[in-house]
Amino acid sequence: MVDIGAAEGIPPAEVEDVELYHAKSWVTKYVFCQDAKVIAIQYSITAISIGLVALVLSWLIRLQLAFPGTFSIVTPSNYYQFVTMHGMIMVIYLLTALFLGGFGNYLIPLMVGARDMVFPYVNMLSYWVYLLAVVVLVASFFAPGGPTGAGWTLYPPQAILEGTPGRQWGIILMLVSLILFIIGFTMGGLNYVVTVLQGRTRGMTMMRLPLTVWGIFTATILALLAFPALFVASVMMLFDRVLGTSFFMPAIVAAGEHLKYGGGSPILFQHLFWFFGHPEVYIVALPAFGIVSDLISVHSRKNIFGYRMMVWALVAIAVLSFIVWGHHMYISGMNPPFGFFFATSTLIIAVPTAIKVYNWVLTLWRGDIHLTVPMLFALGFIVTFVNGGITGLFLGNVIVDVPLSATMFVVAHFHMVMGIAPILVVFGGIYHWYPKITGRMLNERLGQIHFWITFLGAYLIYFPMHYLGFIGVPRRYYELGETAFVPASAATLNVAITAAALIVGAAQTVFFFNVIWSLYKGKLAGGNPWRAASLEWQTPETPPGHGNWGKELPVVYRWAYDYSVPGAGQDFLPQNQPPAIPAR
Amino acid sequence: MAIAFALILVLVVVGSVLFHVLSPWWMTPIASNWSYIDGTITLTFWITGIGYIAIILFMAYCVFRFRHQEGRRAAYQPENTKLEWALGIGTTVAVLALLGPGLVVWYQYIEVPKEATEVEVVGQQWNWSFRLPGKNGLLGTSDPRYVSSDNPLGLNPNDPNGQDNVVIDGGELHLALGKPVKVLLRSIDVVHDFYVPEFRAKMDLMPGLVTYFWFTPTRTGTFEVLCAAFCGVGHDAMRGSVVVDNESDYQTWLRKQHTFAELSARAKKASLTR
Ligand code: HEM
Ligand SMILES: [Cu+2]
Ligand SMILES: [Cu+2]
Repeated sequence: MVDIGAAEGIPPAEVEDVELYHAKSWVTKYVFCQDAKVIAIQYSITAISIGLVALVLSWLIRLQLAFPGTFSIVTPSNYYQFVTMHGMIMVIYLLTALFLGGFGNYLIPLMVGARDMVFPYVNMLSYWVYLLAVVVLVASFFAPGGPTGAGWTLYPPQAILEGTPGRQWGIILMLVSLILFIIGFTMGGLNYVVTVLQGRTRGMTMMRLPLTVWGIFTATILALLAFPALFVASVMMLFDRVLGTSFFMPAIVAAGEHLKYGGGSPILFQHLFWFFGHPEVYIVALPAFGIVSDLISVHSRKNIFGYRMMVWALVAIAVLSFIVWGHHMYISGMNPPFGFFFATSTLIIAVPTAIKVYNWVLTLWRGDIHLTVPMLFALGFIVTFVNGGITGLFLGNVIVDVPLSATMFVVAHFHMVMGIAPILVVFGGIYHWYPKITGRMLNERLGQIHFWITFLGAYLIYFPMHYLGFIGVPRRYYELGETAFVPASAATLNVAITAAALIVGAAQTVFFFNVIWSLYKGKLAGGNPWRAASLEWQTPETPPGHGNWGKELPVVYRWAYDYSVPGAGQDFLPQNQPPAIPAR
Repeated sequence: MAIAFALILVLVVVGSVLFHVLSPWWMTPIASNWSYIDGTITLTFWITGIGYIAIILFMAYCVFRFRHQEGRRAAYQPENTKLEWALGIGTTVAVLALLGPGLVVWYQYIEVPKEATEVEVVGQQWNWSFRLPGKNGLLGTSDPRYVSSDNPLGLNPNDPNGQDNVVIDGGELHLALGKPVKVLLRSIDVVHDFYVPEFRAKMDLMPGLVTYFWFTPTRTGTFEVLCAAFCGVGHDAMRGSVVVDNESDYQTWLRKQHTFAELSARAKKASLTR
């Protein structure tokens, strides 16, 4: 028997209990608020609102792909602007902000037993700078020439030249918005890391942290190390665009005109972008990994299988994710032997990732599985994540990537693995923690409807899409037209995919209705409706009050996974429950 | 609920497999020597497909078998180091089985055979041009600085090796059946990507660099060239064609093409008469 669950001696408090800033007015309580829980809600509402814009854009994209040229608002320029904004918003402004700014802010202090983030004021600033970034992003829709249509990867030279829509203002605002986002994130990110390292309550050792905290913690470290690459790339490209420098611009003849650029390197931008861009995938994935681990454990009434392996797998994935970026550039013309290195490093990542999957399903083994709504979403995640993970083995293996890169196969792959899978976790997480946040349960029936349409619908969108990629249908095509190598039946498939996309999108209204309706009419939840062991469920008040813990900070005696412990009466032991027999 | 859920998971797996087997959508018939690439894809399908099916079915089984029922209590089992290592090692072996053949084929892909002849593909928003070497098999140097309406590919007018190069601006590229070609790729504006689905191969045209790939056409016919790197609003309209001929047709076509010297002489004459 391993001793990870056993109570060790409780060390003295590392940090003294802090005196928090107490809001004195309505404005400091609900607007310029320093309480991480309020900041979390602010982050989440902003992220989800802008995410809805991205969802509507995806409809417009899909309508064009299914019925080319039918809708007059989707001109070629608009189409590329929609695709670009859809991708950028989903990845950065929705998922990154929601997982770290939303879930991170709400859960970290509660789960580690802190009263708040370590630097509440900076934490507040983080949100407002993020909001500013979103405002600048939205402004680009209204700027002359519209938002940039350079693709979310913003590759120069095209991104700042005439042939690309939004080259007037759109690209400038996009780069400024990214720079702001990174500044805002950095302020929040430092908080998350330092709070996990320094703000843990007595007895909360690192190896007793719930995996949710581990996931958000490692993702934040990744982000703190990866975003600077995007930051410098954005600044340099801004200079190229505005000041006429040539960081990324070689000698170019565009539309018969010799431009005043020369000597720069477009491939350098790709290296910088993907040095950020690949870890970004894991910035979105690691929090999802963590949350899913906890959902599966709680709702199977069983400890997460192989906790230590899960932690080390997270750390291994995080480290490895910095040496695989070249797999996005196999056909970019970078030195071809790099292919050997990046294919090897990429496929090695599959091992710790697979171990995580095994441990999730092994947690189910001999569990006591309650198919609650959060559990449904968690299990749905496993399906889409495994599906997207194995197509990653196609694209990571350099030679297989050659025919498939830049086709719809890639679009299907990344939506499965970093679009749908994390979104399912977001939903699972909301259904799971909503009772803590509001004191009321979300409606179960509506939740089930929401789950089935979203999960099956998303699978129907993306599973067949891989096959368009096998045929060779390229991505980022306004109109493919008649071509010899694509059978006419592919058009039918496109219509079916679009139908599924419209249905999935529309089904989200069920979720929003549920969230708002349950706020007033939902069943009262009590403090710990799922009978979960981790600390956030043990707060004296629900929703937790300012300072989270009332008079005294909790003391932690065990890991977060003491479910169905032999000999214990109930099937879970809260982390702050002292051992029945004093520790030897 | 649990039973329905398990059943649906099984249906997802069965449906996916049936879709794969029965749907009409699959790779277009190949027209190059890269059937190794198709082979690697098939191998990847087998290995990952088995993994996918096994994991999802196992999950379905667990959801069904260990569904909550009155009086059930979960087992307490924090870890099982042996099992975890076994699974980890098994996965590593499977991954190596994918990586090994993949890297071997990649080696072939980047090692150009000596007998390959060079062909140049030049991209600019939003069309393709091509250049073939002359008698001595050499392509003359080029630079975007030389680009003008009379010299759209930017060939160096002072390089003797460029004079007899065949320049095809806006036409079709013809290739001879069964002869390996090394395709050199160059862009004078933004990133493009030369992609012919039937050849399986593709590569970016990266402004400032000359990139390459090689292949041997194995089937005569006309094949569509697509651009596979987003290059601005005209990206989807950037098409061209490659015609693979047998040797005699190829020679007939080649004789009708014009060299760089001929084209520049013609341009000079036109500007004098003007
Ligand atoms: C049901 C929801 C969604 C639908 C129907 C959808 C659909 C699409 C479509 C049709 C494209 C364009 C593909 C092409 O270039 O031809 C696209 C691109 C993209 N999507 Fe989504 N998407 C959805 C959700 C998401 C989510 C949640 C993410 C978050 C990771 C995401 C990230 C992206 C990215 C990064 C691109 C690439 C943009 C580019 O090429 O520049 N999408 N999506
Ligand atoms: Cu990557
Ligand atoms: Cu293009």
